[in-house]
Amino acid sequence: MKAVDAMDALEGVDAVDAMTPAGRREGVLPDRQVALVDLLDRLLAGGVVIAGDIVLSIADIDLVRISLRALVCSVATLEDGDDDGR
Amino acid sequence: MSAPPAAPLTYVYAVTPPAPAVRLLLPSLTGVGGRPVTLLHAPGDDPGPVAFVISDVPRPDWDEDALKARFEDLRWLEDAARSHHRVVEALAAHTTVLPLRLATLYQDHAAALGVLRTQGQAFATRLARLSGHTEYGVKVYVRPAPPAEAEPPVAGASPGRAYLQARRAQRSAHEDHYRQAGLATERVAAVARRFTADRVGHPAQSGPLTSASPEENVLNDAYLVPDEHAEAFLEALAGAARGLAGVRVEVTGPWAPYSFAAPPPPPEEP
Repeated sequence: MKAVDAMDALEGVDAVDAMTPAGRREGVLPDRQVALVDLLDRLLAGGVVIAGDIVLSIADIDLVRISLRALVCSVATLEDGDDDGR
Repeated sequence: MSAPPAAPLTYVYAVTPPAPAVRLLLPSLTGVGGRPVTLLHAPGDDPGPVAFVISDVPRPDWDEDALKARFEDLRWLEDAARSHHRVVEALAAHTTVLPLRLATLYQDHAAALGVLRTQGQAFATRLARLSGHTEYGVKVYVRPAPPAEAEPPVAGASPGRAYLQARRAQRSAHEDHYRQAGLATERVAAVARRFTADRVGHPAQSGPLTSASPEENVLNDAYLVPDEHAEAFLEALAGAARGLAGVRVEVTGPWAPYSFAAPPPPPEEP
């Protein structure tokens, strides 16, 4: 529903990329929530990990990693994901 | 200059160009923990090539101790993951976006700005590489072999022998499904060679979150697809399981390029 608000907010604006597949995103899978397991594959193992003044990024959490892996075995790439420089 | 204990932490969702469309979009978004979503970039006339999309989040909810406890809680984790994803998706619908890993937090805006200053150019290079591309997931599943369908028992066969026959039949059906999965995987690879720019293999999915399904996941790939090839890619994939009753091919996405946000690791050996 937030996405719809966002679209309203953008009306009248030259929306960037409106013609690209990314712009059509919301029409491709209408009303379908992505599977949590697919999301966690990407959010826990993908995404940029930045070195620096990070309080915590998930790759740093050894303890949590163990229980997370029990929860989501597919996140095994965390094993070799220690590239964040901490 | 240390922040007072109660000062909020800076939660970063993604890197984007500081485009007008992004600025207009953000006020309508809700971030993690129901927090407002804002843009953070270098002050002054020149915002630089890239900006962080952030929320200020309450320190007691997001500091290290809190997170250690909360990442054990699947409901909290799901809520945080979906909130993070909602922001990234909304951005991706309007511009190129570089998603950050879940729960990337800085002590304050100054610390986050420092990273933008030192790594902004690297982010901009990566964003340019991802521009005009979209991520799709492709998964191959092996369907369970049907319960041994008794072939007509050989006349006079003993019950024990009939049982063994049935078991053998099921095992061979099972093996056949895996053979079919291998074929489907080859077809996916052939389609990918034609239409995709990059590939990341995620580990096959298993465990509690998938245990409701009797199917076994044997391929869990992410592909980076140039937008002009997306339609042909999806059409070609639709045929990947044709004639293979023992497997299912599932396509997910379009996704923001989560799996391709980090540059590939430098080559270590030839």
